Amino acid sequence: MDRSDIAKLAHLARIEISDATVDDVARSITDVLKLVDQLQSADTQGIAPMAHPLDAVQRLRADQVTEADVREAYQAIAPATEDGLYLVPKVID
Amino acid sequence: MQWETVIGLEVHVQLATKTKIFSGASTAFGAAPNTQACAIDLAMPGTLPVPNGEAFRFAVMFGLAIDAEIGTRSMFERKNYFYPDLPKGYQTTQLEAPIVGAGHVEIQLADGSSKSIRIHHAHLEEDAGKSLHEDFHGMSGIDLNRAGTPLIEIVSEPDMRNAEEAVAFARKLHSIVTSLGICDGDMSQGSMRFDVNISVRPKGQEEFGTRTETKNLNSFKFMEDAIKLEVERQIDLIEDGGKVIQETRLYNGDTRTARSMRSKEEANDYRYFPCPDLLPVIIDEDYIEAIRQDLPELPDARQHRFAKEYGLSEYDAGLIAADAATAHFFEECAKACGDAKLSANWIMGDLAAKLNAAELTIQQSPVSGALLAGLIARIKDNTISNKIAKQVFEAMFNGEGDADAIIEAKGLKQMSDTGELEKIIDEVIAANPAMVEDWLSSEEDKRKKKMGGFMGPIMKATKGQANPGMANQLLEKKLREKL
Amino acid sequence: MHKLTIAELIQGLRNKDFSSVELTRHYLDRINRLDASYNSYVTVTEEIALQQAAAADARLAAGDAPALCGVPIAHKDIFCTEGVRTSCGSKMLDNFVPPYNATIVENYLRDGAVMLGKVNMDEFAMGSSNETSYYGPVKNPWDTNCVPGGSSGGSAAAVAAHLAPGATASDTGGSIRQPASLCGLTGIKPTYGRVSRWGMIAFASSLDQAGVLTRTAEDAAIMLNSMTSFDDKDSTCVDEPLSDYTASLNEPLKGLRIGMPEQYFGEGLNPETSDRVHAAIAEFEKLGATVKSISLPHSALSVPAYYVIAPAECSANLSRFDGVRYGHRCDNPKDLEDLYKRSRGEGFGEEVKRRILVGTYALSAGYYDAYYRKAQQVRRLIKQDFVDAFAEVDVVMGPTATSPAFAFGSKGDDPVAMYLEDIYTIATNLAGLPGLSIPCGLVDNKPVGLQIIGNYFSEAKLLNVAHQFQQVTDFHQLTAPGIE
Repeated sequence: MDRSDIAKLAHLARIEISDATVDDVARSITDVLKLVDQLQSADTQGIAPMAHPLDAVQRLRADQVTEADVREAYQAIAPATEDGLYLVPKVID
Repeated sequence: MQWETVIGLEVHVQLATKTKIFSGASTAFGAAPNTQACAIDLAMPGTLPVPNGEAFRFAVMFGLAIDAEIGTRSMFERKNYFYPDLPKGYQTTQLEAPIVGAGHVEIQLADGSSKSIRIHHAHLEEDAGKSLHEDFHGMSGIDLNRAGTPLIEIVSEPDMRNAEEAVAFARKLHSIVTSLGICDGDMSQGSMRFDVNISVRPKGQEEFGTRTETKNLNSFKFMEDAIKLEVERQIDLIEDGGKVIQETRLYNGDTRTARSMRSKEEANDYRYFPCPDLLPVIIDEDYIEAIRQDLPELPDARQHRFAKEYGLSEYDAGLIAADAATAHFFEECAKACGDAKLSANWIMGDLAAKLNAAELTIQQSPVSGALLAGLIARIKDNTISNKIAKQVFEAMFNGEGDADAIIEAKGLKQMSDTGELEKIIDEVIAANPAMVEDWLSSEEDKRKKKMGGFMGPIMKATKGQANPGMANQLLEKKLREKL
Repeated sequence: MHKLTIAELIQGLRNKDFSSVELTRHYLDRINRLDASYNSYVTVTEEIALQQAAAADARLAAGDAPALCGVPIAHKDIFCTEGVRTSCGSKMLDNFVPPYNATIVENYLRDGAVMLGKVNMDEFAMGSSNETSYYGPVKNPWDTNCVPGGSSGGSAAAVAAHLAPGATASDTGGSIRQPASLCGLTGIKPTYGRVSRWGMIAFASSLDQAGVLTRTAEDAAIMLNSMTSFDDKDSTCVDEPLSDYTASLNEPLKGLRIGMPEQYFGEGLNPETSDRVHAAIAEFEKLGATVKSISLPHSALSVPAYYVIAPAECSANLSRFDGVRYGHRCDNPKDLEDLYKRSRGEGFGEEVKRRILVGTYALSAGYYDAYYRKAQQVRRLIKQDFVDAFAEVDVVMGPTATSPAFAFGSKGDDPVAMYLEDIYTIATNLAGLPGLSIPCGLVDNKPVGLQIIGNYFSEAKLLNVAHQFQQVTDFHQLTAPGIE
C-alpha cells in the first residue's frame, strides 16, 4: 500500500486523508492486509461463499402504504434544507 | 465503406406498486418534495429494508411475458457509489441472481418483417431520488420522493441494427409492460427510461466496435434521434481517422445534440457485494404457475385476436393492440357500435390526433369508447355525414355531451326530407345556369364528375346537413330532366 | 439499592420496599457523583428517567406492572432513542437526535423499564478497548488505568460500577463478551436474528447482534426476555418461538456435554487466565457435566475472515453518513466532493476510517475474489467446525479473552494487536451462534471470563448453564474495589 493506493481508496470511500497522516494510514492498512492474507492458506475449493449465518429466506412485505409524511421531523435534524429539499453543493452531471 | 450499427438497450421500468421496493412509503407521483420519503428511504441510521412482494409479482409477470426463465432463488447486491440522490451511498440491485433470466421479444418492422430481440436478463432494483438544479444560492435541492421506487431494469442483447429496430423494441416493451399493468407507461414522468448502447463496425466484421452509452432517453422520438446522431458521429469520427472511446453520453432533446458526461468518466468501481440486510428470495413453481394463469392478454395475442375477431388488417390490429388502454377503448367502441373498422379508423385518426394535441393519454380522453360508438352509430344510420361527424366529435371532445345531444342541440341532423332538399337543388340549378349548360353539353362519361361542382353550393345551402347520397341522386334526376 | 440484582429490584418494587422514583434517583445520583471516574455515560436522561419511573410507580400501584416495570437500565448509544441524541460514539452523530426508537428500545418501554441514559462505546462499535470513542475512553472500574473492553465498554463499566443494574449492548465480534470478561460481568450475545436490529446503527449487518450485560445470569435472562421479539421490520430477524429464559435456569446440568476446543487454549492465552478457565470447567464436572477436548480446525482463520467481512460490510453501511440529511457536515463545502470528503474525514475517527478503507479495498475490482469471496468461503468452514462440534457436545467452553484488562495505550497504534483481542469471540459471530461470558475468577485482581458457546437458539441452555455455575460459585458477586 503506497500513498497513491490510499489516495485511490480514500477517493472511492470519499474520505479526506490528510497528507500528514497518509503514510501512517498506508502502513496500518498494510499490516491489516498482512493479517487477512492468512486467508490464502485455506483450501476453499468447492466451498460456497456464506453471506448469512443462517439459511434463512427473505420475507416479502404486502404492498400497503404504512409510512406517513415525516418531512418536518426529519428535516429538523438536517444540516441544510429549503422548500422541503435537502441542499447540497451544485450537482453537475 | 459500408457500416453496420449495433445497438443494445437497458430499459428502466418503474413498477406500478403502491409502495416503494423496500419501504411502505407511497410511490404516488407529484407529492411535495420529500413528503413520501420515509426513514428507510432517507437512509436514517439503523433502518432496514423489507422487500415489497408486489414488485416480485410484477417482475415475474414480465419474465413470463418474455418467455424467460424465472429466478427461483434471487438475491440483492449493493452497488456502491456516492451521489446526493442516492441516500444510502449504494443502490440495492440484483447482479448475480436476478429475478428474470434470458428471454426474448418479437418486434415487427414497417416492411412487414419481424425479428426476435434477445433479453439478457431483467432485475429488480431501487430508483434514485432527484436532484433539482434550480438555483438555491448556488446549491442543488434533493427530493427523495422517488428514491426507492421499484424498477425492473431490462437488459437486451446487442441485437438491434438500426434506430427503427431499437424504437420498435422499445415500443414493444412499452406495450408489454402496460398490457401487463405493471407500469403506467407514462414516459413524460419517467416511468420508462432508456439507456442505449451504440457501436458501429464495418459490414461483415464479426467483432464489435467500441460502444458508447447514451443515457436516460425518455421518449421514442428522442431515442430515434439520439441513435441517428450517435451513429453519424461515430462513423464520421472513424472515417476521419479517429477512434470511438467508451463513454457515457447525454442527449439533449431541446437542442438535439449530445455530449460526453465527463464527470462519469472516472473509473467507476461499484464494489458490488451481496446485501447483508436482505436474504435470498425463494419463489416456487406454484407461485409462478399461479401468476402464469392470471397473466393478462399480451399484445401479440391481442393483435391476432383483433385481426381474427374484428376483421382488422394485421397492421391495424397491431397498432390498436399495442397499448392496453387503446385496445380496451377499441373493444368497448367496436362492440357498442358494431363497426370495428370505423372504430379503429376513428381511434387511430381523429381521436389520436386530438389526444396528442391536448397531451392526454387515452385513459384521460374526454370521449369514452361508448361515446365514440354513439357517434359512429349516427354515421352508419346516415343521421350525419362524415364531415358533420367531425364537428360532432369536436364538440364531444369539448365535453358538450353525447352524439345525439350535440346533433340535436346544434341541429346537425342530415337533411333527408326529399321535399326540402328538392327545393334547395332547384334553387342551386336555377342560380348556376353556366354549370348546368356545361353539364348538359358534356359527354356522358364526364357528367358524373361534373356533378361534383353542384355539391358545394348544395352543402353550403343546407349547412352541410344534406345527405350526400340523396342529394346526388336528386341532382342527377333533375339535370337529366333537362336533357 | 444499587447492590441488588435486577431480579431483586423487581421483587423490591413489587413489595413496595422502594419506589421506582426512589430507585431511579438513587442511580442518577450515583451517576452524577461517580461517573466522572469511568466516563461510562455519554448522555444521562434524568428528566425522561424520572418521568418513566413515576409512570412505572403508577402502574405498580395499579397492579398493572409489566416484567421490568420501574427497573432502571442504560442503553448502549448504538440504539436509536426517539428525541435523545444517539451518537454511536462518533463525532459524525454528535448532533443526531433520531425521531424514532430502535425495536429493542420499544420493547423495554413496553416492559416498563426506565432509561437512565445512553452509554459510551467504541466509535460505531469498532474497537475492543473503548479507546476509539469520540467521547473519550471508558475506564475499567476494576482498575481505572485499564480498558473496560469494547465496543460495549460503557455498558460494561456502568454495570460493573453499579451505575446501572443492567445495560443493553451489541456484539459484532465480541463486543459484549469481551467487556463482560474484562469487567467481571455476565454478558450474552444471542443467536444472529434472535433480536431485532431495527434502530441499532449498523456496523456489519451479517454479524451485529444486540444483547445484554448484567451482573448475573438470572438478570441476563430477565433482560433478554424483554429484548427479544419477532420484528418484521428486520428481514434477518427470525420468526422462531420466543422462550422465557428464566423458566429453565434451575435445570440440573447432569449429563451436560462440554467441549473444550484445543485451539482456544494454545499460544497467546495468559497461563493464569487458562488456569481460571480450567478450574471453572472442573466446577461443571462437579455438577455432573462431562468434558471432552474438541477441535475447531479453522479457528485461526476467524480473525482474518472477520477483518475482511466486517470492514466490507461497514464500508457500505457507513456510506449514508455523507453530511446531506443528518449528522456532521463540514463548513463551507466548495463542491459536492469536498462536502463528502471533509464531512466524512472530520466526522469519522481513525479506526473507523481504517476499516472503511480496508473494506473498500477488499471489495474493489480485482480483489473481491481474493478477499471478500475467500473470506465468505472460510466463514462457511468456520460454521461447519461448530456444526460438527455440536454433533458431539451441548456447549463449547473456553476463555473469552486472552488475558485480563490491559492498560490504556498498551496495544500502541498497532491495529492488528487489538484485532487479535477478539480471537476467541469472533468465530461465533461469523457462525451466527449464541455466546455468553461469565466471570470465573481474578488474575492480578482483575476479572477473567469463561466463554460458553451454544448451538443455534440455545440461549435458554446457555443461561441455565451460567446460572447453575453462579449457584455454586461467587465470582459474579465480586465487586470492583472502591465501589461504594
